[in-house]
Amino acid sequence: MKHAFTFLIGVTVSAGALPALAQSGNLDLPKSIVAGSAFSIQSTSSAQGVLYIVGPGQVLKRDVQPGQPITIAAGDLDCAGHYLAVLTSGSSTETGEFDVVPGSQPATLSFLAKPSRLPVGLQSGISGAVYIFDAFQNLITAPTPVSFQLSIPSEATQSRTVVSRQGAAWTDMNSGSKDGNAKFVAQAGDVSATRVIQQVPGDPCGLKMSAKKVGEQIQLETDPLRDCSGNAVTDGTIVTFTESWNGGQTTVDVPLKHGIAQAEVPAYNGARISVATGVVMGNEIRWANQ
Amino acid sequence: MTGGRLLAVFLCLATVGLVVIGTLWPVPAAAAWAGGTGGFISSSSTPEGAVNNFANDLGHHAWQEAYSTLANKGEFTEQDFVRDMTGSYPGLRTYASLDNFEVRPLHASDNEAQVELRLHWSTVVGTFLDTRTLQVVKNGDHWAPVWPIVKEQHVPPQVIPVTYLRWDVIYRGPEDDWGAQDVEAPHVRIIDMHPVERAAGVVVLGELLNEDVVPAYVSVKATLLGKNGSPIATEDSFDKISHLLLPKQVTPFLITFPNVSLSDVDSIHMDPTSSLVAASADPVIEIQNQKLSPAPDAWFSGSLVNQSGQNVSIAHVLGTFYDQSGQLVWVADQYIDRALLPQTPVSFAIPVPEDLARKISTERAVVATYSPGGFQ
Repeated sequence: MKHAFTFLIGVTVSAGALPALAQSGNLDLPKSIVAGSAFSIQSTSSAQGVLYIVGPGQVLKRDVQPGQPITIAAGDLDCAGHYLAVLTSGSSTETGEFDVVPGSQPATLSFLAKPSRLPVGLQSGISGAVYIFDAFQNLITAPTPVSFQLSIPSEATQSRTVVSRQGAAWTDMNSGSKDGNAKFVAQAGDVSATRVIQQVPGDPCGLKMSAKKVGEQIQLETDPLRDCSGNAVTDGTIVTFTESWNGGQTTVDVPLKHGIAQAEVPAYNGARISVATGVVMGNEIRWANQ
Repeated sequence: MTGGRLLAVFLCLATVGLVVIGTLWPVPAAAAWAGGTGGFISSSSTPEGAVNNFANDLGHHAWQEAYSTLANKGEFTEQDFVRDMTGSYPGLRTYASLDNFEVRPLHASDNEAQVELRLHWSTVVGTFLDTRTLQVVKNGDHWAPVWPIVKEQHVPPQVIPVTYLRWDVIYRGPEDDWGAQDVEAPHVRIIDMHPVERAAGVVVLGELLNEDVVPAYVSVKATLLGKNGSPIATEDSFDKISHLLLPKQVTPFLITFPNVSLSDVDSIHMDPTSSLVAASADPVIEIQNQKLSPAPDAWFSGSLVNQSGQNVSIAHVLGTFYDQSGQLVWVADQYIDRALLPQTPVSFAIPVPEDLARKISTERAVVATYSPGGFQ
């Protein structure tokens, strides 16, 4: 909205200045200015006038005194882009164009790290993209080295250095073999941004249950569930016990608690009992009443 | 001028005549709108009339009037009767209204008759059928139904410690930078999908797995694409799915495309969606004695046992049926009209289409539960 308004003012000012351009001269302007820096413009006008500076994100207006330089203070012009300067003084008009370029020193990073949660052991499973901005939130388009570091508890840190292109740098990393929170850091110059990547266990490996009779019921219990890297499967994971006997069936979905799943099912002689979680099947037990 | 008067008189007479006819012999739709298909003006001088009147009272929630007409009032209190009709604990019955009913005489003698009363209750998730076989006895010059009461079990007051896991979520705040990290949506995957053609149209069946370690609120949308690649129709699974999936849980889904022929379909675009929600691993529901009675008149039946300490207001059973090769054949569902109390079995019976029942080799059931307070 702000930019649209600025653009509207710019168009209006430029349009107002156009009829006078035929009698105009050129302003003596630097070719480019670093965003936010101070500079001055020398005017040859012998009368009072007004200077307009119109750009994609900003419009400035300054009163001009004859014979005095026009000073733009530090921080007044901070939005990068191509600008038009128009000095109107009496019946004469002077114009000029210049660029405001981003500062070369990174001040903030927008760091997109995805996903924030993933299973262990995924090659190139983590991606990081950085957009580099100067102190005035201008995208620094000049090539800038960015270092990425993924620190995983009890594993070697993965590092990459990428030179940004058009203000962006990106890379991908592998998830480690141990679950836990990995720290993903992007750094450009003195500025860094950190994201936390939660590495979670993969599918259970070697799902195994045992059964014992408790009263009239069979108590089923899995061994502690671990993935193929040895990480304990997250509590809350659903384990399905299925008991089939003589055309009948009993199923129960139970969440893992303290690493194991427990359930009780009716004790039928000759029943087949199986266990599964997700698409992973476990062992099968044929129950015989004692 | 005279012609106009004649027309006015004719219209008045016709209106009065139609009102009288409509009152004395109402059409079933109008009678249902007014509270019952049995008609307004019934006499208790016949067994069917007595049951009609009784059902009409049920339709108006006139429990006192309905109870007062029963022959076996002495066997239970009016409160027991109301609990039988509306449920002791909040459930689907509590908010149901009688859509229509059917009265079927089974046999009758001079003093006693047997009548089947089929009550079609309407709820927000569709209708459910409550069928009762009533004895009707003659009391002097009128007949009175004997109500076969179903007394709900009561759970004695107690404290049941529950230590199941619960997930809470903190999302990114509105003030955060656009590049700031947010919680990741759960990763879900369709592990089976199979379109079938039925009389009503194309039905897309499938199964969805939550392969993540967090709970997911899921839905599945399907788009049928024609031979030229243009979309024919888009539908979603609506309630033919268990929307809340805990880690590594699998739900079946069924998406219906009415009035579409499978021969017009070239491909199907599936779009499963998931979002991270706060949830609890409680309650755990055991599904006991699952059995598929063979065709004809095929039913998938069993009973649900709530193994937790929390009352479940509404339980939704989804049955998944497979053929001998393990391919998905059909998905069917049923809502349970009574609340599930801790450790109290409640039976279910889901009808299965006869032609499909002959192909079914194995089946699997899952239960979605809803309690006051949502997923929390």
